[in-house]
Amino acid sequence: MSILVIAEHTNTALRPSTLTTITAARKLGDDVVVLVAGKNVSAVADSLLASAGVQKVLVADSPAFEHHLPENMAGFIAEFAKSFTHILAPATAFGKNLLPRVSALIDSQMLSDVTDILGPDTFKRPVYAGNAIATFQSTDAIKVMTIRTTAFDPVTTTEGSTDKNASLEHIDASGIAPAPHTQFLSSELTTSARPELTAAPVVVSGGRGVGSAENFALIEHLADKLGAAVGASRAAVDAGYAPNDCQVGQTGKIVAPSLYIAVGISGAIQHLAGMKDSKVIVAINKDPDAPIFQVADYGLVADLFDAVPEMTGKL
Amino acid sequence: MKIIVPVKRVVDYNVKIRIKADQSGVELTNVKMSLNPFDEIAVEEAVRMKEKGLAKEVVVVTIGPAVAQDVLRTSMAIGADRGILITTPLPTDLGGLEPLSVAKLLKSIVLKEQPNLVIMGKQSIDDDSNQTGQMLAALLNWPQATFASKIDVNDSKTTATITREIDGGLDVVACALPAIVTTDLRLNTPRYASLPNIMKAKQKPLETIDSGSLGVDTSPRLKMVGLTDPPKRAGGIKVASVDELIAKLKTDAKVI
Ligand SMILES: Cc1cc2nc3c(=O)[nH]c(=O)nc-3n(C[C@H](O)[C@H](O)[C@H](O)COP(=O)(O)OP(=O)(O)OC[C@H]3O[C@@H](n4cnc5c(N)ncnc54)[C@H](O)[C@@H]3O)c2cc1C
Repeated sequence: MSILVIAEHTNTALRPSTLTTITAARKLGDDVVVLVAGKNVSAVADSLLASAGVQKVLVADSPAFEHHLPENMAGFIAEFAKSFTHILAPATAFGKNLLPRVSALIDSQMLSDVTDILGPDTFKRPVYAGNAIATFQSTDAIKVMTIRTTAFDPVTTTEGSTDKNASLEHIDASGIAPAPHTQFLSSELTTSARPELTAAPVVVSGGRGVGSAENFALIEHLADKLGAAVGASRAAVDAGYAPNDCQVGQTGKIVAPSLYIAVGISGAIQHLAGMKDSKVIVAINKDPDAPIFQVADYGLVADLFDAVPEMTGKL
Repeated sequence: MKIIVPVKRVVDYNVKIRIKADQSGVELTNVKMSLNPFDEIAVEEAVRMKEKGLAKEVVVVTIGPAVAQDVLRTSMAIGADRGILITTPLPTDLGGLEPLSVAKLLKSIVLKEQPNLVIMGKQSIDDDSNQTGQMLAALLNWPQATFASKIDVNDSKTTATITREIDGGLDVVACALPAIVTTDLRLNTPRYASLPNIMKAKQKPLETIDSGSLGVDTSPRLKMVGLTDPPKRAGGIKVASVDELIAKLKTDAKVI
């Protein structure tokens, strides 16, 4: 068993999704190797050396890897994937974009969003918006999968420790030419002082009931009082109340905080798919029959325009 | 410019699914089936390109049982010109035809049809894999732009500039054509097909191909050994006031 984890990072910092993927990898075996492919990524690689259970960190530095374009990275990863039994990446936009391309190149049928590892070839993953959990046995020689980050705890790293368990190896990627047909132009990243949605211990989400982008400030104020991240339903994002990267659900982000507060959200199955593994769920909705109350631990039937400012004021 | 849009027939998104007692799959008899919502967005986008004079022809392709041709008719009612049905005896949701096999079958159609652009849904709402577009791009060695919320094809139809929805916000990439684009929810809002267009769609050409004739090994690599309900949440309570809610969160749940 030798397991390759593809690290997600920003070239300067590791993304927390990598640490949960490493935990999943360790359930498969002890020989866990992490690949950091990017541009000027030595700091990212160093930050991994003290992670529990990582044997080796491979660094592939190339300008062609700067924007993680699958066109540039998939062929490279597929080349040396052959010496591993398992290839893992987080089930984030990064992993979902890249890993299927790798998987097709090595003729392996990938598993998306794995939530449990039952053995070297047997895995669980949610299907039908999380309304069923399927167990699959893979017959491919190299098993390729993305890992649902909320299903595993992050691996511990000893910050600033001199006790570096892992060895570091540089792979020559200087010969990697960027694919001529795809060009990265720009990115528009949402900047926020709030905690990241997928890692926050508390999430406050607003739905269509919030009514306007201006009113969404009510959600933000409550979130700030709780040190929470802000989420939204698809309807709220479609209507422009909140940015697209706030969408929680089947086709948005998957979150599992200690506390999830759904405000003015009806509770469509596509929304529940993204939050029903939260530890405690609170719903504030004026419709006593809203389906969200069926998953809520604490339901408050109230007009959000009264209840939310009151709650913010009393916390 | 020719555009191919692969489409899939799936359980309608409003249906509450039921798992078969023997765990072999999801009950599909007498269940409302529809065009996968992301594919509907892909068809709409292609048809808009045709209406703008950017595309000459929009071809929709589906893989499934004979009844899957209804999603081709739905797509042609939106405005696609013709349809290709690739028949397979395998289930297309779980434990049957897998994304890699779909990508291989689609590759053979793409090689034959030579489109300039393939627009497809980012995921189907049954198996939720989100793989096929990326795999097709790999097999063709074409550029890929996934999770698109905006597609601009330049006037000379040589390049598409695509805005992608990613975890931290948006990315913009330029792909030389031919390319694969997968759609996200905010690319467009699909139209309702008008009755005359639904009637017209019935007359549009529809070709049927047996998947067995395409020289692709579609035997499953994954064996589904179980299918169960997700863990149920224990029922909660209603609180009467904000004060009670805060008290419960502090003293019972201890989460704030
Ligand atoms: C393919 C597909 C994928 C999808 N993916 C997602 C996804 O990832 N995430 C997602 O969220 N959705 C997704 N959806 C959409 C989903 O089906 C629902 O349409 C959406 O979640 C509804 O959002 P909402 O609850 O905010 O709006 P609504 O369903 O309109 O609910 C609004 C709620 O607000 C309440 N309300 C109104 N005013 C007040 C008030 N003053 N005080 C208190 N309560 C009030 C109402 O009682 C109602 O319950 C998807 C749909 C499809 C077809």
